[in-house]
Amino acid sequence: MKKSEEAAGRSFGGTWSFALGALALLGLAWLLPASGLMNLYLQQVLMYVGINIILTLSLNLVNGYMGEFSVGHAGFMAVGAYVAAVLTVAVFPRAWGPVLFPVALILGGLAAALAGLVVAFPSFRTRGDYLAIVTLAFNMIVKSILENINAVGGPRGYMGMAKLCNLAWVVFWVLATLLVLRNLIYSNLGRGIIAIREDELAANLVSVNTPRLKIYAFCLSAFFAGVAGGLYAHLLQFINPRSFSILKSTDMLVMVYLGGIGSLAGSILGASLYTILMELLRPLELWRWVVGPLLLVLLMIFRPTGIMGLKEARWLKPRDS
Amino acid sequence: MSFPVALVLQYLLNALQLGSVYALIALGYSMVYGILTMINFAHGDIFMVGAYLAMWATLFLLGLPLNLPTIFIFLGSLLFTMTVTAVLGVSIERLAYRPLRQAPKVSAVITALGVGLFLENFTLATIGPEPRQVPAIFPVQQYSWGGVAFTNIQVLILVVSFILMVLLDTLVRRTLTGMAMRAISYNRVIVPLMGVSVDHIISLTFAIGSAIAGAGGLLYGLAYPVLDPYMGIRIGWWAFIAAVVGGIGNIRGAVLGGYVLGAVEIFTPVLLASSTYRDSVAFSMLLILLIFKPTGLLGRPTVEKV
Repeated sequence: MKKSEEAAGRSFGGTWSFALGALALLGLAWLLPASGLMNLYLQQVLMYVGINIILTLSLNLVNGYMGEFSVGHAGFMAVGAYVAAVLTVAVFPRAWGPVLFPVALILGGLAAALAGLVVAFPSFRTRGDYLAIVTLAFNMIVKSILENINAVGGPRGYMGMAKLCNLAWVVFWVLATLLVLRNLIYSNLGRGIIAIREDELAANLVSVNTPRLKIYAFCLSAFFAGVAGGLYAHLLQFINPRSFSILKSTDMLVMVYLGGIGSLAGSILGASLYTILMELLRPLELWRWVVGPLLLVLLMIFRPTGIMGLKEARWLKPRDS
Repeated sequence: MSFPVALVLQYLLNALQLGSVYALIALGYSMVYGILTMINFAHGDIFMVGAYLAMWATLFLLGLPLNLPTIFIFLGSLLFTMTVTAVLGVSIERLAYRPLRQAPKVSAVITALGVGLFLENFTLATIGPEPRQVPAIFPVQQYSWGGVAFTNIQVLILVVSFILMVLLDTLVRRTLTGMAMRAISYNRVIVPLMGVSVDHIISLTFAIGSAIAGAGGLLYGLAYPVLDPYMGIRIGWWAFIAAVVGGIGNIRGAVLGGYVLGAVEIFTPVLLASSTYRDSVAFSMLLILLIFKPTGLLGRPTVEKV
């Protein structure tokens, strides 16, 4: 009895400081650009960092915590980006854009979550390499379909979005993703997801409903990838099927494995480091695309568990674990 | 809907030509998977490097003031391309994959993706993004037989890839080395106890797989003479699907899958009257196949042991 009460009332290390920190961050994200203290370039880079953090966190849920191997996450991002973009451009009244922007993002995310089912169902039967192929095929199919829909510009891409994405929104969604994933992972559902990674058969035997958890995990992961896609579309104001190719998916994989699988703090670190590093390497021009993959290979050889190596930052863990 | 027979044969011939190239690349995917159960995502880019090497070799040989017979130029380029891609494949295995052989399989797959990106971008950074033209070794000659038109290049591609496939199949099925390869894919723990050097055989597998992809690069360059650093991505993925469709790890399956994918690519635009859907068709086919026959057309089902 005592034990379960404790479990029910389990709190995270410093829930209050998390909440305060979140509010402070949001405040800063709104104040700094508004007051002109932060130049546009820095804002832009920080927004990319934020979007990449959301993508990395979402991919980490599937690849890191559930132990599946998705190599097609850019497909979910594409669905979210296109749905959100079409909503703000063609469906919602233009004047209402800033107000309805979160609605567009959420609907984009939901559309991506629906697409997540496409991958979740085959994952009941196939695992490992073959599931990787399914996710890859999904990515390619999404890209190919988008290239064939003339209403959204086909291969030429889609534009006309207002620049609705700002730093405060990005920070808000980063915090939301972090909060949802943290609470999920340390819940019973989350333990089930980790059990699938450790041994799917054994998880089944202790009555973990693995198909249901796979649906949850894939859809939630796809949802956040879709939201990130929506943010990306309204930051760049131009999207094109090619920007959601397998190369984008590979970028996400690099960030997840750079930070370390199965670690939320790792994802934040990996996404931030990779994005900033690529930005710093910009003077190298073409060669930076050589350095990036090389770093990945070296990382895999010398530290295959990533920077955090399955460890978690204390403020992201429940107090009793 | 009825097609004239000659037209169908014509498309079939084109499908065979493209399918041969896919099959040659698919073989490398399949061999490496068979022996290491690892998807070598860098394989498509080895094909790309092979195509560039073939271009340089041909340019060099054509530029020599010796007036070599065309067949020597072709064979010389083939030999050079296959040797260098073999060395490249073995080096990649040595430097990038071998240190990870005991690591979780995902690390090796990520590394392979990284190596592939590295090859693409390295080529892009050193050679530049503009497409390169492969010089013609042979003057193209058109033949016609019963209403079906074909060129000497098509014949050459079919014949050379057929010879390579037969050689490889014989090697794997009839020689001691081939037996060692099959044994390693069957059980990698016991085989070293029988006095087989696993490292040696794995290196050999990478050498052969890469050399065949290099040959594929040369043949592709003859038929579709425009090269760019990212050509390995699309063709590599298609060849990879071919390997999976045929049953990855299975040599004959890879060849079958290659021809199936060649047919998909040639016949989709004909049947749907639009060429932009071919990727969707190929990948949807792959998904449906994996649902009903998860180990491919010729693959054996594996039993997961508890």
